Formats: sequence, structure tokens, C-alpha cells
Amino acid sequence: MAGRLLARGMIAGVLAACLAFLFARVFGEPQVDLSIAFETARDAAAGMAAEPEIVSRKMQASFGLFTAAALYGAAYGGIFAIVFALAYGRVGRVSPRALALLLAGAGFLTFVLIPDLKYPPNPPAVGQEGTIGLRTVTYFEMIVLSLCVMALSILVGRRLIQRFGQWNGMLCGVGLFVALTALVQSGLPNINEVPADFPAIVLWRFREAAIGMQVVLWGALGLIFGPLATAVLTPGGTGRHRVG
Amino acid sequence: MSYGFSSPVPASAAMPDAIPLRALLPWAVFGLILSMVLLYFVGAEQGATALLSGHAVHEFVHDGRHLLGFPCH
Repeated sequence: MAGRLLARGMIAGVLAACLAFLFARVFGEPQVDLSIAFETARDAAAGMAAEPEIVSRKMQASFGLFTAAALYGAAYGGIFAIVFALAYGRVGRVSPRALALLLAGAGFLTFVLIPDLKYPPNPPAVGQEGTIGLRTVTYFEMIVLSLCVMALSILVGRRLIQRFGQWNGMLCGVGLFVALTALVQSGLPNINEVPADFPAIVLWRFREAAIGMQVVLWGALGLIFGPLATAVLTPGGTGRHRVG
Repeated sequence: MSYGFSSPVPASAAMPDAIPLRALLPWAVFGLILSMVLLYFVGAEQGATALLSGHAVHEFVHDGRHLLGFPCH
């Protein structure tokens, strides 16, 4: 059963990535193009030769973007399905569909929004080549710590709910989550490599598109996986006729 | 966090059967390793580290890497 859930999670992830790709293509790509234009103009003004184009822009913005999104969707779809398989039957009387949507929200918060608050997505032309090692390490550290904070808050939150009741216990759990997140984020190094003359609106629109793409991805992942999981968990159940 | 959502299901409904951890573990290990490999190639290969030489992987997933929020360049 776990294997079937894993496969369906990855399938749901790829399907969700198709929608996320469309969103990114419409809202993200124009900002990427503007950023590359900025980069090209800056390099030309500095007398630097244009970077050789190994993969054409057209390819990057279509098959490249789609491949990246699909692999990313498959990966997080798999992780999502494992967490779902672990949580189902252990967190309360929740239907598979509701649990899937709930976990998708938690996944978005943990893997995307909290890390992005500290290290937001950056368009081309933002970010210095020499710091890529530091930036990659701190970014993945932030994701791991975000996961730890979420797991700890849920485990402690469940105890708090038993002790102080549903509402008060949940508030304490959320408070703990916020406090730990602030603590972790203040402990990690600040990175700001936005060029002084980079257009603020392009940066803002790019980040909107990047986070919007993730909202689409995780939202669709939760909504698509729910009926798929229902069909696995309750043969003949309510989700089955929705699968096709 | 997760508990507000349990109320729409009638309290009398039985707790669904959990998947035994022993059955889950091998799939969890397999799925996590697979996912990590995929994320590595989308997010970090030919960036901070490189298993393959050149820039083809980086350049191909370039836009996705930026828009998915990974550090790039």
C-alpha cells in the first residue's frame, strides 16, 4: 500500500507541476527575460563579452522549465506521499482528501514559504557567482531547519492540545512554531546581493511569480493526491470515480 | 495546526487503520533517496557542486532553478 501511495504521490506531483509550469510560463518568464536583459545591458556597459548561450532561451523557458518543474513535482510528490502514509490513521479521524490538502498546506509552509522568508527566490542578475557555495548550503540548511521546527511544533503541539484543550493548545503550538522560526532565521547569515540599480518591480514580480508557482504546485498536489489516495485506501470509496 | 479539520467527520467514525511502520519503512527510504537525487539535479548540480562536467544541466533547468527558489549562478 505504501508503494502504491508513493507512486501516486509522484504522479500527482508531476500533474501538479504541469499546472505550475503553465503559471510560471505566463507570470514568471517575462520577469526572467527582463532580468536577463538587465544582466546583458550591465555586462555590455562593463565591456564584458556576452555569455555564450549553451541552451537557447527558448529551450530554457519551455522544455527546460517544464523538466525542472516535473522533476521537482515528482520529488516533493514522493516526499509528500511518504508523510501522508505515515500520518494517515495516526493524526485523527480525517478523510484522505482532507488530510492530503492539510499536508499540502503544511508542505508549502515548511519547504517553501518559511525558507523563502529568509532566502527569497532571486531572478538572474541577482546573486554573485563567488557565493554560490555559501548560498546553496544556507538555503538547504534553512529547509532542513524549517522541517525540524515544523515537526517539533506538531509533536509538542499535540501534547499541548491534550493538556490545554483544542483551541488553547493549538494556539500554543502555533506560537511555538513562530518563535522557533524567528530564532532559526535570525541565526542564519543574511544574504543580500541585489544590485543597487536592479528594478524593484521586476524583483517583486519575479518573487510573486515564484511563490505563486509553488502555491499552484502544492495546492494541486494536495487536491490531486486526495482522490488518488482515497482510491487506494478505501476501494470503492468516495474518491474513486474522480480519479479518471 | 492539523486538528481543526478533524471535526467535519462525525466523531463516531472509526479511526482509519494506519499503515504499519514496518511496511512503510522500505518505501520511505526508497522514496526519500529518489526524491533527494531528483532535487539535487534540479537544484544544485553544476551550481555549488558538480558530478557532471560542463554547464548543460545547469543551463537546461536554469529558469526552473530560479523560479523554484534555488540559489543560482
